[in-house]
Amino acid sequence: MSLRIVVCVKYVPDATGDRRFADDLTLDREDVDGLLSELDEYAVEQALQIADEADDAEITVVTVGPEDAKDALRKALSMGADKAVHVEDDDLHGTDVMGTSLVLAKAVEKTGYDLVICGMASTDGVMGVLPALLAERLGVPQVTLLSEVAVNGGVVTGRRDGDTATEQLQASLPAVVSVTDQSGEARYPSFKGIMAAKKKPVESLDLEDLELDADEVGLAGAWTAVDSATERPARTAGTIVKDEGEGGKQLAEFLAGQKFI
Amino acid sequence: MAEVLVLVDHVDGAVRKPTLELLTLARRIGDPVAVALGAGAESTAGVLGEHGAVKVLASDAPEFADYLVVPKVDALQAAFEAVSPAAVLVVSSAEGKEIAARLALRIGSGIITDATDLEAGDEGPVATQAVFAASYTTRSRVSRGVPVITVKPNSAPVEPAAAAGAVETLAVSFGEGATGTKVVSRTPRESTGRPELTEAAIVVSGGRGVNGAENFPLIEALADSLGAAVGASRAAVDAGWYPHTSQVGQTGKSVSPQLYIASGISGAIQHRAGMQTSKTIVAINKDAEAPIFELVDYGVVGDLFTVVPQLTEEINTRKG
Repeated sequence: MSLRIVVCVKYVPDATGDRRFADDLTLDREDVDGLLSELDEYAVEQALQIADEADDAEITVVTVGPEDAKDALRKALSMGADKAVHVEDDDLHGTDVMGTSLVLAKAVEKTGYDLVICGMASTDGVMGVLPALLAERLGVPQVTLLSEVAVNGGVVTGRRDGDTATEQLQASLPAVVSVTDQSGEARYPSFKGIMAAKKKPVESLDLEDLELDADEVGLAGAWTAVDSATERPARTAGTIVKDEGEGGKQLAEFLAGQKFI
Repeated sequence: MAEVLVLVDHVDGAVRKPTLELLTLARRIGDPVAVALGAGAESTAGVLGEHGAVKVLASDAPEFADYLVVPKVDALQAAFEAVSPAAVLVVSSAEGKEIAARLALRIGSGIITDATDLEAGDEGPVATQAVFAASYTTRSRVSRGVPVITVKPNSAPVEPAAAAGAVETLAVSFGEGATGTKVVSRTPRESTGRPELTEAAIVVSGGRGVNGAENFPLIEALADSLGAAVGASRAAVDAGWYPHTSQVGQTGKSVSPQLYIASGISGAIQHRAGMQTSKTIVAINKDAEAPIFELVDYGVVGDLFTVVPQLTEEINTRKG
């Protein structure tokens, strides 16, 4: 039987750009370019490798986001995913992580899955909790923050490098997995891949398709509220010296003055 | 006074410093009730009581070590139902965030992660966060349910505050999902003898300019002269020069020490995201145009292979 892999990806503002808040304190998507979250490329890569090892597998990439989020899906398809699902609805504006996990869970269930793969965190919100929430909502094992992952005979195994220990994990499918940036460099789309991606199916779903109400998501449906966002003041310019042979000693003098020595 | 649940981060009963910082913050909101799980849970009570915990709810069962995350969620939920707290605080570690998020979902509450400060407010606790690679500071609240908030290490001082720290056994019944992900083996990380990266008062990091694993002892020697933790940029980690567990940046650890020394690190956005909130920043880099110099309180434009050893030697001399 075919192994059904669903990869959840996010369309994020380019971290090297000037990321800002809009007037309603949601992410300003107008003034900065978006792209597939770099950390989700690792998830797509691991999905492709697991699919290669399997006798028969199909990779569906899913995103929740505005019209432009199709770019993120297209990138994943050009890397080699088979098809895409785009959940798009005006009522989704301002959805928090709880709402996003709800929408993704519905979309993943509707798609059908044996294995869900996520990146370790998005590069904009950087909470890193969505995979755990998805596992909780789907009622399946959470096998997260893996630096190595493999699937054999309906069992997923992997290595999780924690703060105090390295753990080897194991769970039966279906399961939700997240992979770190240590899991293996993501491939670049080939020209052939880019051309092929243009013909791959992208299914659009809205809240109604997922049997969700507008008040379960969006800014009004969020379970958290941002009261203020203040741009961090630029650090005051420091002292910069050129090493003329005494740079280390000068630096020690500065540290001593600051009572670090 | 309302009670505030604090999930204890400990290794075999030895409480890690960020938990004591959480107790400082919890006391701003109410009476801290600690939840300690796993081997050595009860022996955390002494130090927790000295830092303000009125009660320590302890539970030990093999499930906490043998299965990932979910048994601890079940236990924290049991504590939540027993105490009916005004808020739940958890350390912003990878595991802590996952436990907190799943608990929040179960109890129908919003979650705020990676807070750097916390204070009482009219509509519940207000959390400060640094976002978009720390270029913005936000103030947020949980607007539904009992606030679940994870707090980054080094966000508050450790303050002694004597309280009863009375141990009570927490009864936990594990749900069906608790045994879903088995921890087949666990290899404790070898201790370097240096402070934990996220908890250290001083961090010394090396980057691409260190130019090889064989040169990292230079960085380590400087760190040891200051009693500091050692960090590395993504470039150094990706090159295999230093372990990923020491990576500072967006995809590694985010640190906020009193002093951060960047050696041979250009200061790309990915690195800045993990260290920009450090109190004092110092950099050594041979490229005067490196963006790291925009952040520094003191910078030396020079070759780290001469500046770093000279600095280390001078520090060791001054310490006598």
